Amino acid sequence: MDNSLNWREKIITRFIKVSGYSAIIFVGLIFYFLLREGLPTLGEVQFNSLFATRWYPIEDYFGILPLIGGSLIVTIGATLIAVPFGVGAAIYISEIAPRWMREILKPLVEVLGGLPSVVLGFLGILILSPYLRVFLDLPTGLTALAGSLLLGGIAIPTVVSVAEDALDAVPKSYRDAALALGATEWQTIWRVTLPAARSGVLTAVMLGIGRAIGETMTVMMVTGNAPVMPGGLGALFEPARTMTATIAAEMGEVANGSVHYHVLFFIGIVLFLISLIVNVTASAVVFRQHKRQERILS
Amino acid sequence: MIKATSTSTTRYTTQRIGFGLLTAMTLFTVLPILAVVIYILVLGTPAINGEFISGFPREGMRAGGIWPAIVGTFYLTLGTAIFAVPLGIGAAIYLSEYAPENRWTRLIRIAIINLAGIPSVVYGLFGLGLFVLFLQFGTSILAGSLTLSIMTLPVIISTTEEALRAVPQAFRTVSISLGATKWQTIRRIVLPQALPGTLTGVILGLERAAGETAPILFTVAAFFLPRLPASPLDATMALPYHLFVISTQVPGMPVKIQYGTALVLLAFVLGMNFIATTIRSRARARRQW
Amino acid sequence: MNKISIENLTLHYSDGTESLRNITMGIPANQITVLFGPAGGGKSSLLRILNRLNDLADVTYLNGRVLLDEEDILSPKIDVINLRRRVGMVFARPVVLPMSIRQNLTYGLEVAGMKDRYRLDEAVERSLQQAALWNEVQDRLDDPAIALSGGQQQRLCLARVLALEPEVILLDEPTSGLDPISTGKVEESLQELKKTYTIVLVPHSVQQAARTADFAAFFLQGELIEYAANKILFTNPENQKTEDYVEGRFG
Repeated sequence: MDNSLNWREKIITRFIKVSGYSAIIFVGLIFYFLLREGLPTLGEVQFNSLFATRWYPIEDYFGILPLIGGSLIVTIGATLIAVPFGVGAAIYISEIAPRWMREILKPLVEVLGGLPSVVLGFLGILILSPYLRVFLDLPTGLTALAGSLLLGGIAIPTVVSVAEDALDAVPKSYRDAALALGATEWQTIWRVTLPAARSGVLTAVMLGIGRAIGETMTVMMVTGNAPVMPGGLGALFEPARTMTATIAAEMGEVANGSVHYHVLFFIGIVLFLISLIVNVTASAVVFRQHKRQERILS
Repeated sequence: MIKATSTSTTRYTTQRIGFGLLTAMTLFTVLPILAVVIYILVLGTPAINGEFISGFPREGMRAGGIWPAIVGTFYLTLGTAIFAVPLGIGAAIYLSEYAPENRWTRLIRIAIINLAGIPSVVYGLFGLGLFVLFLQFGTSILAGSLTLSIMTLPVIISTTEEALRAVPQAFRTVSISLGATKWQTIRRIVLPQALPGTLTGVILGLERAAGETAPILFTVAAFFLPRLPASPLDATMALPYHLFVISTQVPGMPVKIQYGTALVLLAFVLGMNFIATTIRSRARARRQW
Repeated sequence: MNKISIENLTLHYSDGTESLRNITMGIPANQITVLFGPAGGGKSSLLRILNRLNDLADVTYLNGRVLLDEEDILSPKIDVINLRRRVGMVFARPVVLPMSIRQNLTYGLEVAGMKDRYRLDEAVERSLQQAALWNEVQDRLDDPAIALSGGQQQRLCLARVLALEPEVILLDEPTSGLDPISTGKVEESLQELKKTYTIVLVPHSVQQAARTADFAAFFLQGELIEYAANKILFTNPENQKTEDYVEGRFG
């Protein structure tokens, strides 16, 4: 082999290796820049006023609890929709639907995953919220509920595709064995297939929740943007303001390096840590499952 | 015997009800998607004409066209491709062909899963902190494309890796045994075979980038900029941000223009989705192994 | 004259499967040397060491020397790529690369940097002739190789190795998936090829071992039990285990 080829191969291999590690570098960079811009908050705002219930930056009230509460209430609502519908659809697609139906449904769910969230927010403003206002007799339709409904829709594709993969991975022999023992297909699904896929389904649920917490544009457009501390489930029918929406709505108007700017980055740190926890837990489940499979195989 | 029959009848009734319920749930999930697409198609089509597509916005965006936003989204998608495609494919090759099974590789995988899960607005913050301010690219196509490409990376990496892994191991062994180097094997055998899957992954990733708003809010997007960007260091309008602006920030906006903009954005995104899925299904039908 | 000398070769895999224990043997030039024995005995491992394909596997321990023309091929200094061109390998399952018949044959030469069309065409015809496949495929060299029958594919794999004009050809149960007629064709080619090449074969049955071997080595659980010329080993083996295996009492 001539030398120039050898030399080229070395460079390419180096590039490939660097790309391989790039994901770690980027996660590190993201965390670093969030800390760099967000940590000064702790020196500028007292801990007590940061974790207080009043968010009114113009008068230097930087209590982030109502924002966390807003994210929480919207996400709970979205989860209540996305989990049953997502898992149900996954079961239907993987276990019940005839082949041709599956070929139609899977791309459709993918399309839902690809719909830009700003389009959903736009339709939320124009169609969903007026409808909610009239139907539920509310002062405004731009509420946490509107956000939950749309976020549920946004989280569903994640839940469906991950849960469907998990169900698909259950060996056919499990089902055959159950059917051979006289179980109906319905019983097989509930007592054999779903339990066997439970860790994957759990991962699906977690990733769906992660997707809902992180969603920005839709919630910003339809939840009414009122940073009010939610009192209970009744808050679903009132306007709310999530962490993501706060950053998106206010970052454009703050001066770089101001207290407000630092606090918005601090909220970014909170969001980053939440997604880190959700995803590391989810991937730990996946890895454990892999290990178990390997043990069975060897 | 008779007893067994009767219980099995109730069992099958349960099954029928259960199946019906699941079918209904699936329809509830899927039908709204069709409704959304059709609704926007019907209400948006009347807005579409030559001036709307190729004209500049006038009268505070309440009239005229959305050409700068279309061009901006095109440039952003292109810029994202320039950065994310080589890096993403490189990373996928590393994971599929080079990476040993060890702690570092697991760490890479966890990092990729995390990148996929980071909220898009946090990418916006990161892009603002690193590209706009620290590297002083300003609010520009360059800063936005870089931000979007990091966000797109996990999609490209995971679909490409899957495509590479699907290429039978035996091809690699044969190629090596014929005296090919590792890179020659990848370049001449593995990559060509994985090309359709890779393309699908790349397009799906770029589709996400094209439709996102939050990461470009503070890194590129111009509220109203009635000229085309002249360099990568220019700010630009973009379709998703434009739709956000005209549906929340501009009072008295004609609904027709809003739906028209939504339709163009949707066509852009779903067009890419369609291309990606077509490539995938064609390649599956034609595959020799 | 030995083409290859194996000296005190020991090998372990990390998963504890098939391994080799202190193997010493010489492989004579221009002869067919057969490595046979029950599955898991180490034959394939030995074969894969001869062109360093074991580099791809998870080897935890490797000791000893393997000399090809007096040069230790296990040495880290050796040019492995060049070694694989000198020592070609045909696998049990015919794996044609997903390209045309012609491209399959020129692949090895092209990755070695040869661009001369005329010489490539020449190599295609010569190698197909040697593998007794030329008459069947000469009119459709640009068809996808996957369209060939199983027997033709395996002869294409043999031709693909021959195109590189190696010095040694390794064959790992090359006829295990083939019908008797195709098997006969491959065995016939081998007898012709040994005039030019040194051949090491792992056969798919004792019968094939006896039919084709000039020299035969019996492997059992990683050990070389007996190594002798065909006549001796299959008619009058020294070792009881060899005799039992050859006569079909186990395996």
